[in-house]
Amino acid sequence: MNIQDTAQSWSASINELTLGATSAEGGTRAKTVTIGGGKCIPWLAYEGSVGHRPAIAVEVWDAGMGAWPAALLEQYGDATSDAATWAKKAVELGADIVALRLMGTHPDMGDASPDEAAATVKAVLDAVDVPLIVWGCDVEEKDNTVLPKCCEAAKGENCLFGTIKEKNYRTLVASCLADGHKLIAESPLDINIAKQVNILAHDVGFPLENLVIFPTTAALGYGLEYVFSIMERGRLAALGGDPLLQQPVLCDVGLQAWRAKEAVASEEALPGFGPAAERGPLWETISATNYLQAGADILVLRHPAAITTTRDAIDRLVEGAAALAV
Amino acid sequence: MHVIGERLNGMFKDVRKALEEQDVAAIQDLAKAQVNAGAGILDLNVGPAKVDPLEGMRWLIETAAAATEVPLAIDNPKWEIQKAVVPMLGDRAIINSCKADEEELDKYMALAVENNAGLVALTIDKQGVPSDVDRRVELGAQIGAKAMEAGLPMDKLYIDPIILPVNVAPKQPENVLAALEQLKMLSDPPPHFVLGLSNVSQGCNHRSLINRIYLVMAMSAGLDSAIMDPTDKDLMDAVITTELLQEKMIYCDSFLDAQRMRG
Repeated sequence: MNIQDTAQSWSASINELTLGATSAEGGTRAKTVTIGGGKCIPWLAYEGSVGHRPAIAVEVWDAGMGAWPAALLEQYGDATSDAATWAKKAVELGADIVALRLMGTHPDMGDASPDEAAATVKAVLDAVDVPLIVWGCDVEEKDNTVLPKCCEAAKGENCLFGTIKEKNYRTLVASCLADGHKLIAESPLDINIAKQVNILAHDVGFPLENLVIFPTTAALGYGLEYVFSIMERGRLAALGGDPLLQQPVLCDVGLQAWRAKEAVASEEALPGFGPAAERGPLWETISATNYLQAGADILVLRHPAAITTTRDAIDRLVEGAAALAV
Repeated sequence: MHVIGERLNGMFKDVRKALEEQDVAAIQDLAKAQVNAGAGILDLNVGPAKVDPLEGMRWLIETAAAATEVPLAIDNPKWEIQKAVVPMLGDRAIINSCKADEEELDKYMALAVENNAGLVALTIDKQGVPSDVDRRVELGAQIGAKAMEAGLPMDKLYIDPIILPVNVAPKQPENVLAALEQLKMLSDPPPHFVLGLSNVSQGCNHRSLINRIYLVMAMSAGLDSAIMDPTDKDLMDAVITTELLQEKMIYCDSFLDAQRMRG
């Protein structure tokens, strides 16, 4: 029986984007990380190149870690005492990138000043030699004062700053342009807005190839399939030649997975769901590996076991793709 | 949508003058302006300019070819001229046009295949432009069959079901739409379907409006290319919006600008 060949060929690809800068490039990173470049539906290597290996970013907070579930915090022990130490631990756990979230600048979580936040960014840059994601506290007015200072402090290091949104992008775009950083463009589970944020950044002079799409992330059981189909539509449009959807995609998995009650509830509270110690990392891992299938280029993770297992899944996907490649 | 820019035609006074005075800059500016406005192909026609038809076309081709990288449609009904200039451009040429008579199709398709060029074939035969739908479909089908026979790939073939001015041939706009729908249904894979759009409003008032509305209607019936004025912004906005409504792109609030970025 003849089985019809369903492989498609694509005219365009996902942009390649490099984070970090070595000393030769004006920064102080030991190595850079390049993502994107895929020219096929994720992992269908017989259609075209799968592009660069997806990167794992490990999340580090500067303060407010009381908000983290105990099961997660105990994995890090004393390392969470300050962001620089925590970042070192993240690299030990296999982080390709450190994702520093400046929650300590949140008005309700310490309200750290822009200068204090910039000092934290500096300290983390000094402590580790991998590229950095610097994420604000998601209070727009505060981020607009904090992040420009952090951009300046990290000038030359080619970090990924986030996030810009449809209604708040000018300040951070200007800072990242001035200090040579890349940007995360966020949209609220809406592909039309994902496209719109990119064109808005482009219209004020930011290069489309320096953007990463953050389509919002949902954990398994909390709308993951909705995000999946948005990422799928974006990927198909990108491969078909839409320059406003050709950016690599970031998924903020750890934060969302550990909000799921299935990840944190005790065995008494959720009888039949299995050991609590395994559920959390499993919830995070399953969410992460699903997003790998949807075409994620950066996964932000938390639990050491989730990091290890997801890395193993990436290894196997890359290996499988190499065997399929034409 | 394949937009074929119509402005490099000696029928327009500025182009006629440029042809007669060999004004390279004038031609190249118009070529670039059309491409920047969204034309993917440029139509070249010496028209009534007082120049030698062959030499005029050669000069027009060389001048336009140097200014842009898009394919060029050689708009001339004479075989001698097509035969002489198509090899200059090879796969960048689109022969515009031939009629649907058998001998003529054989000859023109051979020229297209030999040069890997495109071909616009009109649903006209010795009896002229068909007044009804059926004859248009019959001639269109004949063109498609001939192309298969000659080995002309469908993406190199443009069938033009011929639109006449609505003020003198009021039934024709609807007939062309019906023919487009049927021809599209009959062909798999389909060739391109093209119209000389501005012809629909020749001699009419509100030309831009008539062109714009008819283009949307024709795209809806299956038209995928048109010889038209890409510098008419309202017309290009209508093209983009029609494509949005046909789900050829993903919406965003700046969809007109977004689509123009794709070029």
